[in-house]
Amino acid sequence: MDAKRGDWVRIHNIVLKPEERSTNLPEDTQKVPLEMWTKGFLLDEEANIGDIVEIESYIGRRVKGKLVEVNPYYTHDFGRCVPELLYIGKQVRSLIEEEGE
Amino acid sequence: MARDMSYEAVMSRNSEIMKKAVGIDYDRFESGGIAFDYEKMMRETGYTLEEIEKIQRETGVGNTPIYELRNLTKLARKFAPPGKGARIFIKDEACNPSGSFKARRAATSCYHAKKLGYEGVVTATSGNYGAAVASQAAMRGLKCIVVQECYDSKGIGQPEIIEKARKCEAYGAEVVQLTVGPELFYTFLVLLEETGYFNASLYTPFGIAGVETLGYEISMQFREREGRDPDVVVVTNAGGGNLTGTARGLIKAGAVDTKVVGASVNLRGLHMASDTHFNRKSFTTGHTGFGIPFATWPDRSDVPRSAARPLRYMDRYVMVNQGSVFYMTEVLAQLEGLERGPAGNTSLAAAFKLAQEMDEDQIIVVQETEYTGAGKHIQPQLTFAKENGIEIIIGDPAEEVPGENIILPKDPAYISVEEVDLNRVRRSYIRNCLENTRVERVTDEDLKFLVEDTKSSEEFVKEVLDEFGVEY
Repeated sequence: MDAKRGDWVRIHNIVLKPEERSTNLPEDTQKVPLEMWTKGFLLDEEANIGDIVEIESYIGRRVKGKLVEVNPYYTHDFGRCVPELLYIGKQVRSLIEEEGE
Repeated sequence: MARDMSYEAVMSRNSEIMKKAVGIDYDRFESGGIAFDYEKMMRETGYTLEEIEKIQRETGVGNTPIYELRNLTKLARKFAPPGKGARIFIKDEACNPSGSFKARRAATSCYHAKKLGYEGVVTATSGNYGAAVASQAAMRGLKCIVVQECYDSKGIGQPEIIEKARKCEAYGAEVVQLTVGPELFYTFLVLLEETGYFNASLYTPFGIAGVETLGYEISMQFREREGRDPDVVVVTNAGGGNLTGTARGLIKAGAVDTKVVGASVNLRGLHMASDTHFNRKSFTTGHTGFGIPFATWPDRSDVPRSAARPLRYMDRYVMVNQGSVFYMTEVLAQLEGLERGPAGNTSLAAAFKLAQEMDEDQIIVVQETEYTGAGKHIQPQLTFAKENGIEIIIGDPAEEVPGENIILPKDPAYISVEEVDLNRVRRSYIRNCLENTRVERVTDEDLKFLVEDTKSSEEFVKEVLDEFGVEY
C-alpha cells in the first residue's frame, strides 16, 4: 500500500484524447492527449501508485484520477553553474570604472 | 440529466458560462458590427481610479518605489553619441505582495468577486498573475483555482512555471496543471461551470483598471521628485494589459506627452501551441508569441471583449532577443544590486538601448520588476535551455535563432532593439476584425472605432479597407 486516506497526493488525468482535441492544433500537439495533474487529500481508504482514486483538493474540490505521487514536493532549484554568465558582472563593472571616477 | 462535457459541447456553452462567471453582459456595449463602446465598458463595469487606489491600499498593493539606475545610465552613456543617454529609472513592482505588478490586477478582480458574493475565483494563467490572484484571494477569504499550461507531452515542465505553481500553493490555491494546448480554455470553462466561481480574467475592465494606478503613480512620483513627467515609459508586452492599464493611468494623470513603448522578447519561429516547441523557449511570458497575437486580435482572450487593447495606446513597439534580457538581468544585479526577473527585465533591456537615442536630460522609465526565485532565475532557465539542446553563445544577439540558441551580447554595444512595424500590426488587426465579424460594409461608427483602436488615422484605416476591398 502506497497511500492511505488523508494522505497528500498527486493525481493525473487524460482530459482529452488526441481524437477529442481541438482540430486547430499544430501536428505534434494533435498527436498527443491533453493531460492534467492536480493535488489533494486521498479519499480512498488505501491505494497504490497507478490506481484510480478520488481526492479532495486543498480548496475542497473532489477530483478523480490516477495516483502518481504521495507527498509530492517541488524539485525545481537554482540550476547548475552557467559559466557563460560569469563575464557579465566583471565586464560592466570595469566599463563604468574606466571613466576614472 | 448529465451535462454533455465533450469539448464541442462545453465550448458552445462559453458565453453562457462566462456571463455567470464574470457578471458582465458584454452585449450592452456591442454595436452589432466591428465597433463596441470601449470607454463605456471601462466606465460602467470598472472602478474609478480613486476607488481602485482605496481597494489596493486595503491589501497592500501599489505605491512601489522608484529607483534611479545611475550605474546603468552611466553604462548606457558609454555607448551613446555625445550628449545622449537618458536617465534610466525603474519602478520596483516586485515590492507588491505577490512579487509583481499583477497584484494590481488581482486586487480589483478579487475585490469585485467578493463584492458580488462569489465563493471563489478561477484564473487561467501560467504567469505571475496566478500567484497574484492566490495572494489577493487569501486576503479576501476567497477560494482560488489556478489553471496552468505547464508541461510538454513528456511531462517536462518549464522551471519558471513550476515555481509559479509553488507560489500559488503557498497561498492556499489549488493548481491544475496541463500539457500544451489552447484547450486549457476548455478545462477552465469546465472548472467555472463546476464551481460557480468568478472568472478572475486578466482581461476584464476591473483587471485592466487595476493597472491604471501604476501609470498614475509613475506620473505623480516623477512630478514630485523631478518636477515633471517622464519622456518615455517602457512596458514589457504580452497580453497587452500591462501596457493598456499603464497608458490609461498616465493619461488620467494628464501625462499626455509621455511616450509609451512596448517591448517583447523575440521568439520568432516558435509556435505557442506546439508540444515540441514548448520547452525550446527560455521565456514563458513577455514574448512575441503573446505580444503579436494579442495586439492583432485582443478579443482572443478569455472574455468576450478584452479590456486590454495595446494598439490603442502604443507609440512604438520593439523586440529584444532572449540573450540580451538574460544579460541585462545579470547587469541589474551586478551594477544596481537588484536581483529581479528575468522575464520582467524585457523592458529593461529595451530601455538600455532606447536611452542611448535620447538626450541626457531626458527620462526613461522601466515600469516593472518581478520577483526572482528558484526556477525563475537566469541560472535554472539557462540550465533548462541547455538540457533541451539550446546552445548558449556569447556573440552578436542579432544572430540568435529562438529555439536553437541564446546569444548573450559580447559587450553592451551589442544590445539592440528591433522595431515592430506597427502599421503592419494595425493592418493585421483590421483584417482580423473583418474576418471575425464578417461585416459586409464598415459603418461610420466602425471606422471611428478602428481609428481609435489602432491609434492611427482615418486615412490609414480607409487605405487598409480599400486594400481588402471592403466598402465603407
